[in-house]
Amino acid sequence: MTAMTMTEKILALAAGKPSVEPGDNVWVRADVLMTHDVCGPGTIGIFKREFGKQARVWDRDRVVLIPDHYIFTGDEKAHRNVDILRDFAGEQELPHLFDVNTPRYKGVCHIALAEEGFTRPGEVLLGTDSHTCTAGAFNEFATGIGNTDAAFVMGTGKLLLKVPPTMRFVFDGEIPDYVLAKDMILQIIGDIGVDGATYRALEFAGEAVMRLSMEERMTLANMVIEAGGKNGIIACDGTTRAYLRGRTAKRYEAVENDPGARFQTERRYDARALEPTVAKPHSPDNRALARELGEVKLTRAYIGSCTGGKLTDFVNAARVLRGRRVAVDTFVVPSTTDVSRGLRVETVEGRPLLEIFKEAGCQISVDASCAACLGGPRDTFGRINGPEVCISTTNRNFPGRMGAKEGQVYLASPYTVAASAITGRITDPRELLQ
Amino acid sequence: MSTVRGRVYVVGDNIDTDQIIPAEYLNLVPTIPEELEKLGSYAMAGLARTPDQPPFVPRDAMKTPYTIVVGGKNFGCGSSREHAPIALGAAGVDAVVAESFARIFFRNCVATGELYPCETPVRLVDAFRTNDEAVLDVDANTLTHVATGVVHRLRPLGDAGPVIAAGGLFAYARQTGMIPSAASTPGADLGPSAGPDD
Repeated sequence: MTAMTMTEKILALAAGKPSVEPGDNVWVRADVLMTHDVCGPGTIGIFKREFGKQARVWDRDRVVLIPDHYIFTGDEKAHRNVDILRDFAGEQELPHLFDVNTPRYKGVCHIALAEEGFTRPGEVLLGTDSHTCTAGAFNEFATGIGNTDAAFVMGTGKLLLKVPPTMRFVFDGEIPDYVLAKDMILQIIGDIGVDGATYRALEFAGEAVMRLSMEERMTLANMVIEAGGKNGIIACDGTTRAYLRGRTAKRYEAVENDPGARFQTERRYDARALEPTVAKPHSPDNRALARELGEVKLTRAYIGSCTGGKLTDFVNAARVLRGRRVAVDTFVVPSTTDVSRGLRVETVEGRPLLEIFKEAGCQISVDASCAACLGGPRDTFGRINGPEVCISTTNRNFPGRMGAKEGQVYLASPYTVAASAITGRITDPRELLQ
Repeated sequence: MSTVRGRVYVVGDNIDTDQIIPAEYLNLVPTIPEELEKLGSYAMAGLARTPDQPPFVPRDAMKTPYTIVVGGKNFGCGSSREHAPIALGAAGVDAVVAESFARIFFRNCVATGELYPCETPVRLVDAFRTNDEAVLDVDANTLTHVATGVVHRLRPLGDAGPVIAAGGLFAYARQTGMIPSAASTPGADLGPSAGPDD
């Protein structure tokens, strides 16, 4: 038997083969297909065109529709697109539509998938969004696909995938208390570059990784696409199982690397040596340390998205913001409705997060969505509409990513963003964290 | 179609999908014909252009005069939005020739059959200038600079070539019997065979 990595094992299982090797093209069974309001309508259009108007999806229970991108906007086409998802769910009797203006509405799909129990160890999750890789934190194969591939999966439940070789990243020791998962992944992307993992799987391992919460692990897996990666993956442990308990009733089977499994590369980090890290405009691999950028004056700060808008991210931001005032416009956007509720309930030093952000002078959206992470329609909350200099907990800082091309975006952890919001310049959170 | 002749548009490294089609236009649905045409008119609207670089789609036009885009490394990085290759195709582009491609963009080119994503073993962004005329021969894997006659070799498309030539994933799947040619839901008859190499 060939010794396989976690990614190879999942793909072999889903292909019904005893083993696979990197480079093999295999037909893989999908366990879950996710689409949203930006790519769903096109996917549905292709599905109907190719399989016929009367065609049924391959498995109603495995198709998940999560409108999240352009929700709180006056844009009529954006509303029309949600209508297309709704009509399709009606026609096909799909049970998993998390519809706008209903109590089921969730917000950002990658966080919603986890919260609703759709991210399960050992499975294959395909989604029409490049950050679908986030779910690799749950020990599954998860990757982003286009509309045509998604329409094919919708009709057949299968997709031809090339098995990626695995690059392994091991973090030894414990991270310092001023370092977050965002710093770890920005460190990696800076080391290997925005195309350093093209076509590859990235495995995160080591004591520092396995000590992270699920939400922090999701931050690691979320940004593998920023290095060109196909998927990210982390072993399953008690933390994984505890998160899934009560969220899914389905049986799942975790996978481990076989002894002797081959990695294309293995890179080791001393977690104790990591420092608060920033990606400068206009590329996620344009790395610097926060303490080196004290001269950079900011005009705004942004906390939100699938990368940096989870409850943990807001707790971390609140630790820095508690009892302080921001010096620049600071936007707070919860990723999901659960996170939005959490802002009222969760406390830091006895104070609810929402109160901490209000007292700090932040501009808070209670509406959960992707919002300005990718710019969006002109009226999107927090969108960059001019030559702003923004520090953000989001994932991309390409030209124009958050709106105007004249804008500059620095990517950083919730600690660093909060600290920088207070001083109005890029600030190492050690200056403010007690 | 195995050759493409036309003017080239030259861009740099890491041209991401936000530059190819800015997110504010993602409210347009590619399978709706008039919205597809509009997507084409916004192709490369997000490009951080240099002062001497002409617009990709001229003002008030719906199409681009350029049929081949020549790029550097990691073309199409970022989002999985299929709107990116679709917008280029709708604008009138037939091929992108780049040093390397981001995985999902490459895959979307193949699945849609919209564009030839051709990789070059050497960097060509300095060998061409925007508006130069070129001939791409997909069978011979060459890109010829018409004015100088210099022939640049391309990497073979591999498994992806026949899929693009067939017109995309669905057309290819029907051609090879992977899914039935009539519109119906296929099931377990999907066998392993050559296909879109991502």
